[in-house]
Amino acid sequence: MNPRKLSGLQKDALRLYRDCLRAIEKKPEESKARFQAFARHEFEKNIASLRRTDVKAIEHLLRVGRRRLEQYQSPNVRDITIV
Amino acid sequence: MATLTGLVRSILHVPVGGRLPIRRLGVQGLGTTGVRCMATERPSNLKSFKIYRWNPDTPTEEPRMQEYKLDLSKTGPMVLDALIKIKNEVDPTLTFRRSCREGICGSCAMNIDGQNTLACITHISKDQPTKEMLIYPLPHMFVVKDLVPDMTYFYKQYESIKPWLQRKDVLDVNKEILQSPEDRKKLDGLYECILCACCSTACPSYWWNQDAYLGPSVLLQAYRWMADSRDQHLPERLSQMENAFSVYRCHTIMNCTRTCPKHLNPGYAISQIKLLLAKN
Repeated sequence: MNPRKLSGLQKDALRLYRDCLRAIEKKPEESKARFQAFARHEFEKNIASLRRTDVKAIEHLLRVGRRRLEQYQSPNVRDITIV
Repeated sequence: MATLTGLVRSILHVPVGGRLPIRRLGVQGLGTTGVRCMATERPSNLKSFKIYRWNPDTPTEEPRMQEYKLDLSKTGPMVLDALIKIKNEVDPTLTFRRSCREGICGSCAMNIDGQNTLACITHISKDQPTKEMLIYPLPHMFVVKDLVPDMTYFYKQYESIKPWLQRKDVLDVNKEILQSPEDRKKLDGLYECILCACCSTACPSYWWNQDAYLGPSVLLQAYRWMADSRDQHLPERLSQMENAFSVYRCHTIMNCTRTCPKHLNPGYAISQIKLLLAKN
């Protein structure tokens, strides 16, 4: 079924991204696209500088991401802009 | 007062070839102090500090130890004075938490020469002047940057013990809940805790079971609310502890009591919780 076996770290990253997308579903309709762009941007901006073997760095970024997701999940956060 | 003159002196000092100290402009009016400084010039007394550095902006870089040399005759007596001097005059990128500079806020908790303590109430060691001081963030905590640990989970654990007065009867907001002097005495040695997390991060049990074991600092607070005669939720508070991890991961290693910068005894508080659990 799965063409490629994922490492635990890759699974963690995908899980975080999936959780982000789920959190975005609960945001107001008009700002969803912006939240989506933001989440994608946050993930992509680090990709260039990271190698697959930078485990500690990736773990750190995942932790930061988790914390930020927790913060932005709050219903008080209604819109977001990338500057 | 000694600290103050030390500070002023360090602010007025312009490093050779370095950039102007950031806060120099603010004290230019203190001309007289400057003059006195010149008169009491002491011979230079260099001490080196090795400080843990890690920058989250370049997460792929390994953490490193950076060495700074300070002239102790122009620095205040405490480790925090040295850190502030380094940040002001040598390297503004050095990052650490600090606030009260008198050991009451718990912000500057860090590992100094292998001991978890508050930088603001720890003297720069003078007995071995040639030996460098090693400064690390609190051990076994995720690092946000340099000496700043991530306390999110610690505060979540603190929240989980409901650190506030819980009453069963309806409160009259205009009436105080009184307490006898004897009952008040039971809180001595508990309420002074400033939640600096020095004890928790010194505890091997907490290192290995941070997710399940509450740690000495939070347990001391848990006991502070159990011991309070005005609180009426003792059974609920105890039943929360009724599992293999929350309290019973404490194996009376007592690192907490040895390291506490406020000289409290979290180990004793935990044993009191165990006693309450056994009695009820």
